[in-house]
Amino acid sequence: MTQATTTPDSRQTGGVLMDLRNITLRFGGVTAIKDISFDIREGEIRAIIGPNGAGKSSMLNVISGFYVPQEGEIWFKGYRRGPMKPYEVARLGIARTFQNIALFDGMSVLDNIMTGRLNMMKAPIWSQALWWGRAEREEVENREQVEKIIDFLEIQNIRKTPVGRLPYGLKKRVELARALAAEPRILLLDEPMAGMNVEEKEDMCRFILDVNDEFGTTIALIEHDMGVVMDLSDRVVVMDYGRKIGDGTPDEVRSNPEVISAYLGVEHA
Amino acid sequence: MEFLYASEILLNGLMAGVMYALVALGFVLIYKASGVFNYAQGVMALFAAMTLVGIMEGRVPFAHLIGAAFGVHVSSFGWTVPGLLAILLTALIMVGLAIAIEKLVLKHLVGQEPIILFMATIGLAWFLEGLGDVMWGADVKVLDVGLPQGISETVETLTNDWLGYGFFIDRLDIWATVIAAALVAALVGFSQYTKQGRAMRAVADDHQAALSVGISLQFIWIMVWSIAGFVALVAGIMWGTKSGVQFSLSLIALKALPVLMLGGFTSIPGAIVGGLIIGMGEKLFEYFVGPMVGGATENWFAYVLALIFLVFRPQGLFGERIIERV
Repeated sequence: MTQATTTPDSRQTGGVLMDLRNITLRFGGVTAIKDISFDIREGEIRAIIGPNGAGKSSMLNVISGFYVPQEGEIWFKGYRRGPMKPYEVARLGIARTFQNIALFDGMSVLDNIMTGRLNMMKAPIWSQALWWGRAEREEVENREQVEKIIDFLEIQNIRKTPVGRLPYGLKKRVELARALAAEPRILLLDEPMAGMNVEEKEDMCRFILDVNDEFGTTIALIEHDMGVVMDLSDRVVVMDYGRKIGDGTPDEVRSNPEVISAYLGVEHA
Repeated sequence: MEFLYASEILLNGLMAGVMYALVALGFVLIYKASGVFNYAQGVMALFAAMTLVGIMEGRVPFAHLIGAAFGVHVSSFGWTVPGLLAILLTALIMVGLAIAIEKLVLKHLVGQEPIILFMATIGLAWFLEGLGDVMWGADVKVLDVGLPQGISETVETLTNDWLGYGFFIDRLDIWATVIAAALVAALVGFSQYTKQGRAMRAVADDHQAALSVGISLQFIWIMVWSIAGFVALVAGIMWGTKSGVQFSLSLIALKALPVLMLGGFTSIPGAIVGGLIIGMGEKLFEYFVGPMVGGATENWFAYVLALIFLVFRPQGLFGERIIERV
């Protein structure tokens, strides 16, 4: 898994963790993704950008198993992944957040984050119900992990608040916390900064970088804010009308004429 | 003496309320987990009770069909099965039923409007009713799982010694209370503290989010319908013992409706408290007000109470407040 990298990265990233090969996704007659290939390396922050309707979210949904592509192969940790249900993908260690926030509104922040660790609880059911033996130990361990994440994301003061009452920016943060609680190999973020004000964006940026730094989590994200993307990511995939039109470091992508034309609409060079 | 008599009525009302609550519980479970009002809950109780009787008496399922198709007339295996074992077998059949419902109905309606799912449960109710009749015959069956006798007499003697007035409480009501208490304790423990219970609450809240943390919707639905099937079995046993196993058993679902409106569709404790209030209210209203209006108030009291609640507190006593942010 630790083959040498040849990318001109400023930061050291590991081998290929996920490899997407010739992915094509259709909805009836509409082709959302056309023959796209790219990889995600261990420990990197990989961005997927593109204009509205370019197929970015579809791509993320393919990775997280919410959509099954008609063609192409998905390789994860060196194995080819067959068609899987989203919950099976999640159990493999791929956590995600959603563009339009999917949280459990009726539960407290703490309970929401705890659901991220459901799959790590192995105690028999009677032990859990009676709160005795293995279940108690597990709960305490999981709770400790969750508290670490809560501290890390600076949401201590709202941990008992029902999520439904929180403002938008904090909800996004709780969603990130829940995804982190699963200790994922790959963290998928669908527009983590959409709809945020400048201050919230800065916070979120800092958290994403810190997560990558401290936990070494591999992150793939979709984002509209170009400034943010260029600052955050190690490598960028650019999509337009379901095709891949660019792939490389932020600097490479920025100088790619096709990318410029997609974003500015015109490019008569 | 007047006071003691009133309290006896009150107590009887409370216990009758427990019987209503037993039915309401099944509704709450499925509504909580999938937002579906399961119209078939009452029929599930009937089906469970029929199956239980059938197994206990060693009846041959589909006896009429077999007779019509092969000309062989067998109605009984010639054995009887003890109550506990038969209950266990029936519970297994209810799990099988839950799996079948998930595979044949729910799976194909994922993401549909609640009203569509509601319609599907109406269809399910009719189907199950027919299936029950074809399997076990439409005759009125007597159900006796062998609940210990004599508890009524004990209560009567005890209260007579203490208060000088013997409380009469139906044996079945006492057992219903004990069983309901155990059932509710188990359900609350399950849904609050276990991994599966948390997953169930998660699914109830948001499907996408549940999937993204690795919860299998399919498994949770089968689990919830199995539990609801088991609760239906318990309700079927209690009501079937009380009034015989027959078609009208499925109409107990109607009695559960006001209970749900009072307690809230999403709350397990709500189902219990709602049941108690209605059971108690019914009896006391009949006792105090009934004579003034010519009696028979028990037929409508619960529904009028439910209507009043719908006007002033539509989410019920314990239901989640519906807040729509605009």
